[in-house]
Amino acid sequence: MCASGKYSSRGPALIPRMKTKHRIYYITLFSVVLLGLIATGMFQFWPHSIESTADWGLDRRSVHDAPLIRLPVANPIPERGDLSCRMHTCFDVYRCGYNPKNRIKVYIYPLQRFVDEVGVPISSTGLSREYNDLLSAISDSEFYTDDVTRACLFVPSIDVLNQNSLRIRETAQALAMLPRWDKGMNHLLFNMLPGGPPDYNTALDVPRDRALLAGGGFSTWTYRQGYDVSIPVYSPLSADVELPERQPGPRRYFILSSQTAIHREYRAELERLKEENGEALLLLDKCSNLSQGVASARKRCYKGQVFDYPQILQESSFCVVLRGARLGQATLSDVLQAGCVPVILADSYILPFSEVLDWKRASVVIPEEKLPEMYTILKSIPHRQVEEMQRQARWFWDAYFSSMKAIGMTTLQIINDRIYPYAARTYEQWNNPPLVKWSSVNSPLFLPLIPPRSPGFTAVVLTYDRIESLFRVITEISKVPSLAKLLVVWNNQNKSPPEGEKKFKCPECTAIDGLSLDQTHMVERSECINKFASVFGTMPLKVVEHRADPVLYKDDFPEKLKSFPNIGSL
Amino acid sequence: MQAKKRYLILFSAGACLILLLYFGGMQTPLSKSNNRRDDRSLDGHHGSPQWHHFSGSLQPFSPWDQMETEEYNVHISPRQKRDVISGVYNGKRCRMDSCFDFSLCKTNGFKVYVYPQQKGEKMSESYQNILSSIEASRFYTSDPGQACLFVLSLDTLDRDILSPQYVHNLRTKVQNLHLWNNGKNHLIFNLYSGTWPDYTEDLGFDFGQAMLAKASIGTENFRPNFDVSIPLFGKDHPSAGGERGYLKYNSIPPYRKYVLVFKGKRYLTGIGSDTRNALYHVHNSEDVVLLTTCKHGKDWQKHKDARCDLDNAEYDKHDYREMLHNSTFCLVPRGRRLGSFRFLEALQAACVPVILSNGWEMPFSEIIHWNTAAVIGDERLLLQIPSTVRSIHQDNILSLRQQTQFLWEAYFSSVERIVLTTLEIIHDRVLQQAARSNLMWNSLPGGLYSLPQYSSYLGDFPFHYAKLGIKPRPKFTAIIHAVTPLVSQSQPILKLLVAVAKSQHCVQVIILWNCDKPLPAKHRWPATAVPVLVIDGESKVMSSRFLPYDTIPTDAVLSLDEDTVLSTTEVDFAFTVWQSFPERIVGYPARSHFWDSNKERWGYTSKWTNDYSMVLTGAAIYHRYYHYLYTSYLPASLRGLVDQLSNCEDILMNFLVSAVTKLPPIKVTQKKQYKETMMVQTSRASRWADPDHFAQRQSCMNKFASWFGSMPLVHSNMRLDPVLFKDQVSILRKKYKDIERL
Repeated sequence: MCASGKYSSRGPALIPRMKTKHRIYYITLFSVVLLGLIATGMFQFWPHSIESTADWGLDRRSVHDAPLIRLPVANPIPERGDLSCRMHTCFDVYRCGYNPKNRIKVYIYPLQRFVDEVGVPISSTGLSREYNDLLSAISDSEFYTDDVTRACLFVPSIDVLNQNSLRIRETAQALAMLPRWDKGMNHLLFNMLPGGPPDYNTALDVPRDRALLAGGGFSTWTYRQGYDVSIPVYSPLSADVELPERQPGPRRYFILSSQTAIHREYRAELERLKEENGEALLLLDKCSNLSQGVASARKRCYKGQVFDYPQILQESSFCVVLRGARLGQATLSDVLQAGCVPVILADSYILPFSEVLDWKRASVVIPEEKLPEMYTILKSIPHRQVEEMQRQARWFWDAYFSSMKAIGMTTLQIINDRIYPYAARTYEQWNNPPLVKWSSVNSPLFLPLIPPRSPGFTAVVLTYDRIESLFRVITEISKVPSLAKLLVVWNNQNKSPPEGEKKFKCPECTAIDGLSLDQTHMVERSECINKFASVFGTMPLKVVEHRADPVLYKDDFPEKLKSFPNIGSL
Repeated sequence: MQAKKRYLILFSAGACLILLLYFGGMQTPLSKSNNRRDDRSLDGHHGSPQWHHFSGSLQPFSPWDQMETEEYNVHISPRQKRDVISGVYNGKRCRMDSCFDFSLCKTNGFKVYVYPQQKGEKMSESYQNILSSIEASRFYTSDPGQACLFVLSLDTLDRDILSPQYVHNLRTKVQNLHLWNNGKNHLIFNLYSGTWPDYTEDLGFDFGQAMLAKASIGTENFRPNFDVSIPLFGKDHPSAGGERGYLKYNSIPPYRKYVLVFKGKRYLTGIGSDTRNALYHVHNSEDVVLLTTCKHGKDWQKHKDARCDLDNAEYDKHDYREMLHNSTFCLVPRGRRLGSFRFLEALQAACVPVILSNGWEMPFSEIIHWNTAAVIGDERLLLQIPSTVRSIHQDNILSLRQQTQFLWEAYFSSVERIVLTTLEIIHDRVLQQAARSNLMWNSLPGGLYSLPQYSSYLGDFPFHYAKLGIKPRPKFTAIIHAVTPLVSQSQPILKLLVAVAKSQHCVQVIILWNCDKPLPAKHRWPATAVPVLVIDGESKVMSSRFLPYDTIPTDAVLSLDEDTVLSTTEVDFAFTVWQSFPERIVGYPARSHFWDSNKERWGYTSKWTNDYSMVLTGAAIYHRYYHYLYTSYLPASLRGLVDQLSNCEDILMNFLVSAVTKLPPIKVTQKKQYKETMMVQTSRASRWADPDHFAQRQSCMNKFASWFGSMPLVHSNMRLDPVLFKDQVSILRKKYKDIERL
């Protein structure tokens, strides 16, 4: 802006003295520059002007500045949530539209603080740290749109991660007040701790119409397969504790139980197992001498012996994850992080992200009833498999459990995969840890087909200028009955390829046979191999000691009865 | 003067331009500080305000002490809770936990009982095929006391009341079955339910807590991990074996003449008519050819609309099979019911199915990842379908197409496959933690050939090494099948034992003593570097050489006849070849099969020919998993035949491995003396000397082929030789020189 001011103070003084022709020229020039400057200025300040009118301002850094919304008592409450909802019945797919990127657009409602008529908030925590992290991650992602009219999925800023801190009825009313609620269509709620005493329902109790639920702790009876998303219960330790990946090798304990709120019946069962199998099992409980709080969450005890949690998990091959009042347990996340194979005992539990993750490769699921047989079951698993499961467990944590961002992105990707199934991520993409991705071979031609002879083959001959040997090759190869086509690639810019019959003469071609004997040639090729190996990050070539020959090759057998008598006769 | 001014102006204009550029350049950092665009500039999109990253005083969603304050311990005992479940969740909410009695499967494993057929009950051919598939399977039991799963002999396939196949009074008939127990642990097969006009999924009788294996099942009615969605198949679907997929070779690029085709009925009104009525919008008569006919039913003329005549004319012009085989994608829209015959037709034809059937629970959805073999469309987005399928990259088309063929052959090609897959899915639920993993179901050779009781670990099977990026262990166990008593120290078995034990890859030699004479004393066996284990065969039967002995610690097994002559070099070479082909049989003596068109039966030949399809297990290396498969997968009838004849066990093993891999075995080169020694050995009481031996092998071939439903053997005309084999280089440079020396 200052530049244009400077310019305009000069302009009038100069212009009158000039010839009309020049004047017009300069006026045009200056106005172009001026316009340019204005345009630049406009462009720069444009977002600012929008932001100031936006619902949640730029400089509002505190939650307390979010607008306060009072909920009238009589406000409508959504319906409880329809168990028969599926993508084709309760989800408006037209909002997502066809787009070349095959990516859904997600809108986040601006933050509002809902209170009832007497000013009591609907939630005791308000916006939690974790939900803020989750929404921030979505807004930073490629899924995000701020344009509510283009959105395919709507995420309310009302935090329902933990049902304990919610007032059910008022939260439901708040949801219904969202401007685009429309019976919850295309709305996604995140909840990790559903239900409450005494029954602990396995899905969020807040009435929510048709909204999709990304829930932690679904049971098979509340989970709407193909509609809801089962998510993990985030463990706050994920952010606090750094556990380096443990290298494969023997571990001190075979089975470890670290949960503190285990039903006494199950604890008794575990103790019985411990009696039978001794040192192989470690049964931890909370430490009685420590005060409540963060410190106690990081310690576990066994008969007065204190262990660091979650570090101790790394010392065991298997770690028990028993259901508590809820099916979903944050312990699962800690166990995966430690690279300990979770032994999940929670009947009817829908495992996190089970729509895409192959839990058989990272965990052992045992019916609660079979807890007494746990030791025998686990002992029967081959050692190689246990090591692979440990690696897989850690990789699941890294990719899908480690942060609210990871959990949020995975959830959105799963929904995205449903809406654009033909562009969905593959099983391998979801389940193969990086190590396997690099070392495994997934051939694009995986079906064992033995092609018939009828289509024959195409010969491709690359040539530079050795015409004579080219013709020799052509003559030989054209005798082959199954040759369908012969393609010569003329790889020489300085000469044009020979034409017609004349090409058979090639005086300058001396028989430089054995090009590959050339020393520099070999050195170059070695360099190539090194270069390629470094780009591939590994040496993909494999050495074998066999060669394919015809069945009767060089056998003492009449030549004319052999299918391929001429092989090896050169 | 004029020029000076001009320069001045030019200069100031230049200054302005520079300022302009500077200003423009400033924009990013400016907006960075004001606009929190830092993350977004990395993501490469711009212009939108974001969710505010609130910082500071936020509380955690779950307080540290909360989990512990939940007085879980005061709640009812988990045991009681589990008992309550079965009372609450039944009928439409049935799950394995609540409606299935696992205890029935505990003692005898997964056994299936089929009710005896009652006189006077009519039964469709399809249902007969289903029942006979179960009866021929290894799960079958005729004793209801041993059964874990029960299958009715009442035909429940067609529950359309207007159908001639409809069985009346099913309700009372079922209630009268004394084992019915409100349907607990029962499996009910159904292809058609409901009737005109609304085609509900009602079966017309109360099936209580029974599981459904049902075609055209909707997601709303489908009870996950309890029901099984099966494909709709016609009455002429082969009972066993079945045709292979139509794909003979991969073409690249994979595009065919048509992009998308469909040929089928159009329903003018009523349920399921919308999508088919709208198809003409997408039809372009060039590469998207969607043809419908109104000509079906008695009074179609009454309802016909303006397009019918034109549609009917177009419809008759095209041949369905021609379209099927020449199209990249095939539309599979719902009919009156959710599933349609088009699905299996497209699958077999390697025409990638494009499903338009909202709410259809795809066949065997519990175990098959359909995204890898089909395009799941949305009826609401019919108009986008052409652009959607055109957007699919050719690499994906290639892989989708191959997957259709794998799935077709693994789970759909016959009634038997469909039934076995259904049973195996339920079996997996019973096995619980020992069930197959997704990868076993969705990659070659498929779930029916990957028996989870063997191992739930993929790396224990010969098929997945490359996928997992691992290799088989570089060791083998030799099993020598001994049938003649040990009388002389020059007997071939002793030479063989020494030669094999000398191999650097050998960790153990097992001698299976299937001779009627008692075991020779320990000192009679030569001393070797590796342990020699002598197993006294209990039953002395042929099949015992393929028992999955626990004492085989390695992935590879070298199977040997006692009269086999092999050198250490030959063993070593064969083993290195096997490491490259761990899923195949790699070995020495080869045989071939052929179709004898005069006798209309399969023939067996041991002549030296230019190709082979079997490698005899008298000298072959293969994965130990095939021992397990031979013993557990093959029916007792075939193994019994082998034992009774004391012959054909090697043929059966070759049939089995080729049925699994769809590939021929691999013959490696051998010293030429092998053949001669074999011929000379007629002096001994070798079974090869028996004149009936050969005729038996002919007849075995035909019996095996009929059980497999088709001929699984595949010919090969390749032999694997050491790289420098018989090349004109010094023998000193050759690693496997002994193979060439006579």
